[in-house]
Amino acid sequence: MNITLRVWRQKGTDDEGRLATYKLTDVSPDMSFLEMLDVLNEKLTLEGEDPVAFDHDCREGICGACGVVIDGEAHGPERTTTCQLHMRSFKDGDTITVEPWRAKAFPVIKDLVVDRGAFDRIIQAGGYISAPTGTAPDAHAMPVPKPDADRAFDAATCISCGACVAACPNASSMLFTAAKVTHLGMLPQGQPERASRVVKMINQQDEEDFGGCTNIGECAAVCPKGIPLDTISQLNRDLLGSLSKGVG
Amino acid sequence: MSDNDFFLVGDPIKDEKAPEGPINERWDKRRFSAKLVNPANRRKLSVIIVGTGLAGASAAATLGEAGYNVTSFCYQDSPRRAHSIAAQGGINAAKNYRNDGDSIYRLFYDTVKGGDFRSRESNVYRLAQTSVEIIDQCVAQGVPFAREYGGLLDNRSFGGVQVSRTFYARGQTGQQLLIGAYQALERQVAAGTVKMNTRHEMLELIVVDGKARGIIARDMVTGEIETHFADAVVLASGGYGNVFFLSTNAMGCNVTATWRAHRKGALFANPCYTQIHPTCIPVSGDYQSKLTLMSESLRNDGRIWVPKQHGDTRDPRQIPEDERDYYLERIYPSFGNLVPRDIASRAAKNVCDEGRGVGPGGLGVYLDFADAIQRMGRAAVEAKYGNLFDMYQRITGENPYEVPMRIYPAVHYTMGGLWVDYDLQSTIPGLFVTGEANFSDHGANRLGASALMQGLADGYFVLPNTINDYLAAGPFEKIDESHPEAVAAKEQVTSRIDTLLSIQGSRTVDSFHRELGHIMWEYCGMERNEEGLTKAIERIRELRAEFWRDVKVLGTNDELNQALEKAGRVADFLELGELMCIDALHRRESCGGHFRSESQTEDGEALRHDDEFAYVAAWEFGGEDSKPVLHKEALEYEYVEMKQRSYK
Amino acid sequence: MAVTGAILVLYLIAHMYGNLKIFSGQEAFDGYAHSLRELGYPMLPENGLLWILRVVLLASVLIHIYAAVALWARARRARPAAQRYKVNKRVARSYASYTMRYGGVLIALFVIFHILHLTTNHIAPGGRSDSPYERLVNGFQPEFWYVTLFYVLSVIMVGLHLRHGIWSALATLGANMSRRQGTLNAIALGISLIVTVGFLLPPLAVTFGLVS
Repeated sequence: MNITLRVWRQKGTDDEGRLATYKLTDVSPDMSFLEMLDVLNEKLTLEGEDPVAFDHDCREGICGACGVVIDGEAHGPERTTTCQLHMRSFKDGDTITVEPWRAKAFPVIKDLVVDRGAFDRIIQAGGYISAPTGTAPDAHAMPVPKPDADRAFDAATCISCGACVAACPNASSMLFTAAKVTHLGMLPQGQPERASRVVKMINQQDEEDFGGCTNIGECAAVCPKGIPLDTISQLNRDLLGSLSKGVG
Repeated sequence: MSDNDFFLVGDPIKDEKAPEGPINERWDKRRFSAKLVNPANRRKLSVIIVGTGLAGASAAATLGEAGYNVTSFCYQDSPRRAHSIAAQGGINAAKNYRNDGDSIYRLFYDTVKGGDFRSRESNVYRLAQTSVEIIDQCVAQGVPFAREYGGLLDNRSFGGVQVSRTFYARGQTGQQLLIGAYQALERQVAAGTVKMNTRHEMLELIVVDGKARGIIARDMVTGEIETHFADAVVLASGGYGNVFFLSTNAMGCNVTATWRAHRKGALFANPCYTQIHPTCIPVSGDYQSKLTLMSESLRNDGRIWVPKQHGDTRDPRQIPEDERDYYLERIYPSFGNLVPRDIASRAAKNVCDEGRGVGPGGLGVYLDFADAIQRMGRAAVEAKYGNLFDMYQRITGENPYEVPMRIYPAVHYTMGGLWVDYDLQSTIPGLFVTGEANFSDHGANRLGASALMQGLADGYFVLPNTINDYLAAGPFEKIDESHPEAVAAKEQVTSRIDTLLSIQGSRTVDSFHRELGHIMWEYCGMERNEEGLTKAIERIRELRAEFWRDVKVLGTNDELNQALEKAGRVADFLELGELMCIDALHRRESCGGHFRSESQTEDGEALRHDDEFAYVAAWEFGGEDSKPVLHKEALEYEYVEMKQRSYK
Repeated sequence: MAVTGAILVLYLIAHMYGNLKIFSGQEAFDGYAHSLRELGYPMLPENGLLWILRVVLLASVLIHIYAAVALWARARRARPAAQRYKVNKRVARSYASYTMRYGGVLIALFVIFHILHLTTNHIAPGGRSDSPYERLVNGFQPEFWYVTLFYVLSVIMVGLHLRHGIWSALATLGANMSRRQGTLNAIALGISLIVTVGFLLPPLAVTFGLVS
């Protein structure tokens, strides 16, 4: 396959950035999208041009490090992570535009690499169950009804890649926050901190300059792990409950 | 074994910390004899932890909670991305919730036997004891393990054991356990007890008066070379499987932290023990950057076969039953497709070497679900393995419900690592090593679902109970950046980076890495022999020389420079690879993941030589371009009788 | 946003119900319009409840607009102009959700026109009248097709606004659970269709001479 790439190049956070065009020949349809970028980088290096910086690590769709916007879609045309997207999803002769996640809360560090530290800070605000090592009762002390366990699990599959923010017209991180609120809120172990957790996490989210949620659903549609949109409703429900109890 | 062309033999080494007495009392004894640190004094003590996988994040969270000042480092943009996240299968624990005869003793026994009698009994017993607490801890943190309709935890049998002791969370147990540890870590970050440094890579260890006192780290965003001090340093930096270039490790996994510590005096134990996982998706082309593992659980229902005829390129569905060779079922009738990983891997290699492999380059065997679909129905297969089938289809573009999957072994885990004593302390006082980065618990082969168990055992329960014994003597003398050792370490790092950037040769870093990987896979992979290993050592030396002459790294140090990061890692792999080959060469026996073709039984099975090789090979760095020095730690088995493994 | 939106939706349904009285003839329609002034009488003074409703509605509209502007401003801040994508693609966005903001502005303008037209009668294309029935019939005569067209477009916009708005309000209020999603979507779609059609019938009936 022959591919024309338009790749976002930006030297640093303060640089304006621009799209640069590169042509690649002999792209195999069995390559992953990131392997295609590897090939581009090998070529650029040998030609003496700075390779394109992009985040990636496990390359098996679970670490959440990779993620670029491909032709306007977060992670590209398939519902998966960028590393699991293969070139067979494109056609010979295609022109592909590659951009970083774009949000104020995710400043570009270089080229396609952005800083997602805001997500860690949202977790720090309350995305945990306080269970110091050694304090735990026997694992079977507290049975969890299977439907609750399954719902918690569905929400817990979030890999915090940030595609939800990238795709949201409001650049909101609601799906990310809601996934954690739902994961912990569905489990009996998560109940003691449930009311305060949601308030603290939402406050932190607002502080990080994410946009507000208008329930458009773009986030869930691009989520490579299929986090359901109803987690957002769960968050809202918990939030209303907390506010009515005067928490926060 | 005596000194030879490749190494010298030094004094034997002994684990001085391991207590004596009945095995089930040893951990209690050690916890009791270890000195404690008064809670008020913990605030005055600091610990550096490198790596935030299961072993690192759990240790940081626990030590932070205990009141120590913890500084944590990871090269990823978030601690939650460490490669523990990719573990699929599960975590073992001797809970005996199934009432199927499991016990701490049986888990201990299985692990010692599975490790082919090359691990320490005391360590393994402690691991089995701790396994029970790990599950409790994780459930309390909100880890959503699979549950049954009654609301209690589900278990499955895994990796060829006959009891169901594996706890799991669909196909992503690693991610769920890591998120639990990560959240506990972030809670401590919020509490101010842990300072987290993301996108930081440790490039050197600072040793002062024989004690580990800090590290040199590079801020991967700004390029700043930073000096950090502490009273103790913990390395939880994972394994070194990426020395093979293609492995199931994440792209960034590297040996730099442990290798730099090794060069500063920490012994490196059993570097040649590598686990090759049998069920990975085969290589599809030269551009391939990594291999993807599919859970071993597939072997519970899938049948492995190759055509009987050499070079049979027919569509597998067209090959009649009597022209197929279900070789595992044929050779190992009692275990069949469920033989341990090393055996399944080597058998796959053998049939491919015979020219009966399938797929591109003949490097693959079929894993066929046709029978399972017929027996259980497609819906049941989909419910059990749907996510794995989807993953396979996504990567290969083939539908495994219709066409048999193709699998091939790939490097997955490294049992070797820095030598540690019972306290997880290396030969450098104050330098502790946890998780895959150390060598301690798996011997020559790791059982399925044991890596997660060891990482969390080390981080949550072992290290926090042993590090006090060392820290009780602190706080140690205050040092600052002007200390000669710190200055020297920093200078070393800077000059190495400058050299890498100034060579401006003609080959990319990846091309060197790929070539090193080929050498390692070919000669130090599933099957090793003297001739191949000798050749490999020679070729690695040449390649290393060429690297330092001809590598091309663009850009500067003062920016995010991924090629520079990689160059430093590959430079260290080029040194480690040689030591791995020397270790493999010196161990003229087959054990666990290490198979020497000169040491096999008449019917081609691994043959151990307990009289000669029942020891841990702990290597001392001999100096630049000098021979490494071998220190042997004798292994004694009081509880499990040493036997040759047999899965026939 | 969700709460004020819900108040406005309830109002629209009542309003539509009243409008449909047009098909019962002038007397019924004018009588209904008049009776609104006496709602709650004699408990409350004449026009009392009507004014209370007007105040509640006005407050709802203002809060709704304030919240909308605040969300819009946050979104602008969250992805500033310099960080816009060069290539955009809608994956899940419906036309309804896409037009929430522009549509909202259009609806606001329409409401002002609508009040000046049919409530205060400051704008009276077909001649003033004290009878609401006549105001309506006068206003939508075929020769004033542009008034009808503007009305029709605006009502369609209201329909789209409700389509996403009702769904979104239910989500914000925590009612969107996956097993209910189908029902909620049907409710949102149903109400918005009924409201759209219900509001379109009277003026179109006038324009096409069915009501005169």
